[in-house]
Amino acid sequence: MKKIKRFGLLALLALLLAFPQLFPDPAVTSIAIFALLYAGAATAWNLFSGYTGYISLGSAVFYGVGGYALALLCKGWNIQGGYVPFLLLPLVGLIASVFAIPLGWIALRSSRHVFVVITIAMFNIIQLLAYNLPGITNGSAGMFLPTPPWDAAFFNTPFYYVSLIVLLFSIGVSWWVRNSKYGLGLLAIRDDEDRALGLGVKTGPFKLVAYVISAFFIGMIGALIAYFIGSLYPPFAFTSVFDINVALMAFLGGIGTLVGPIVGAFLLEPLTQYITVQLQVVGLDQILFGSLMLAVILLLPEGIVPTLRRRWVKWTASRSATSPVAGIRGKGQALLVKGGREGKR
Amino acid sequence: MSILEAQNVSKAFGGIHALDACTISVEQGSIAGLIGPNGSGKTTLFNVITGYERQDAGVIRINGKKIEKLTPDKVFGMGVGRTFQLTRIFPRLTVMENMHVAVQRRGTTSLLSRWSSSHEQRQALELLEFVGLTELQDVPAGNLSYGQKKLLEFAFILIAQPQVILLDEPAGGINPTVIHYLQDRIRDLNQRGVTFLIVEHNMEFVMSLCDTVTVLHRGTTIASGTPQAVRSNPAVLEAYLGD
Repeated sequence: MKKIKRFGLLALLALLLAFPQLFPDPAVTSIAIFALLYAGAATAWNLFSGYTGYISLGSAVFYGVGGYALALLCKGWNIQGGYVPFLLLPLVGLIASVFAIPLGWIALRSSRHVFVVITIAMFNIIQLLAYNLPGITNGSAGMFLPTPPWDAAFFNTPFYYVSLIVLLFSIGVSWWVRNSKYGLGLLAIRDDEDRALGLGVKTGPFKLVAYVISAFFIGMIGALIAYFIGSLYPPFAFTSVFDINVALMAFLGGIGTLVGPIVGAFLLEPLTQYITVQLQVVGLDQILFGSLMLAVILLLPEGIVPTLRRRWVKWTASRSATSPVAGIRGKGQALLVKGGREGKR
Repeated sequence: MSILEAQNVSKAFGGIHALDACTISVEQGSIAGLIGPNGSGKTTLFNVITGYERQDAGVIRINGKKIEKLTPDKVFGMGVGRTFQLTRIFPRLTVMENMHVAVQRRGTTSLLSRWSSSHEQRQALELLEFVGLTELQDVPAGNLSYGQKKLLEFAFILIAQPQVILLDEPAGGINPTVIHYLQDRIRDLNQRGVTFLIVEHNMEFVMSLCDTVTVLHRGTTIASGTPQAVRSNPAVLEAYLGD
């Protein structure tokens, strides 16, 4: 079973690496780039919101800050289009993280219901600032990023591989957190925060660190998308659509799981791109996503991955004689008998 | 020597005095009982001791050290673990994951390492064996029965090896077999030096298990002593039956 899993992962990785060679059409690789980046964003969003249960609808703050940070760095250091802006991505991520510290510190002082509202409010404030600080952001006239000197056939290739690296990096960090003592603390916070505090989990710092890590990746992804598109305007750099899409991807795939947000992004982002770019219908994806959100909440409240996993366990159980479900029940009864016996030891 | 001491502790919620100059002292290595009619302030006292509420007046000492303005994680770090009246476990984590939540590690690097380190994993398995939940280790804790949840909550405190354990109605709502089982576990741990303070309405449980019993009534300590002495104390009888 473990071997099959490892083989499957390697095959998937090989496919991702070979993808631009297999499908060199720029229209296709563009969709793939957005799919990879949104998978990364959903993974980063999930690292905070999925693990802790604090739903953020203001992550677009870091998405926009990342974009503007890269544009300003290129302008300030007079960097031309090419590979150099890619090397600035970690720095951009750090800048987004620095923004996340005070914002997270304020927002995380509230309960998780109020937290959602505060993140939305913060998002609106930052978007307003982007409009009203023309000295930094050039206001609604927008900013431009340097254009890479690559021809149309090659243009998408570097973006594709950098996006893949960012995605793999975010998955790696998310996996690491999920398996660490720290990550277990985050999941405990999601289930019962006060209880976790009473077991020595430093809930405040735990949440803030996750929020900051999440902002690091979302900032890098915002910068990459801005660089790919070439321009930045406040309503697109700071867009609530980003948050709604990313949250929906995580919910659809399975919030709080490692793979769920990736599955959600790989399903939804190509659909979005196809509708907007190929069908040229702007806004249809939003109507579709709204209905999809309702469908997910009604039909798949846990998301695709946990539901499939449960079905799989049931299916394998029904095939083998030693059913885990029946086993659990049997063991539960055995416990009481055993408990009584051992008690008199 | 008393390991846990509360002196003249008061706590009011609005106009209601949940604790009114309450005093209790728990000897090291003993099993102490805390009883009283409903609303007498037992759980509030637990909350104040473990940092979930802050007292308005009075002093609380652990090992002779005054604890003031300590948050629940710090109190836990001082070796005081507790269970809740309405059992609080982590329902979406597996039983084994629940065992590993309690933090006894120090430093960032150890927090970033895997939660199932070999040393702690062995400890967790031993404790699950101790409470008889070994075979359920991979089950989401939310799927356990109420009694099993109580045992799990008891076990996951033990992993941090607390010196004092406060149990809030450990026998409430669980069947007699599990009650006896739990009593045996408590005695076993007590012989290994763990001190207990137990809130319980089941008198048989308290009288057979505890070395000393303290009685609260309307937030005030009205009696304290051996179970026999407390049982025949007129003030106690009046608090339970009278007025």
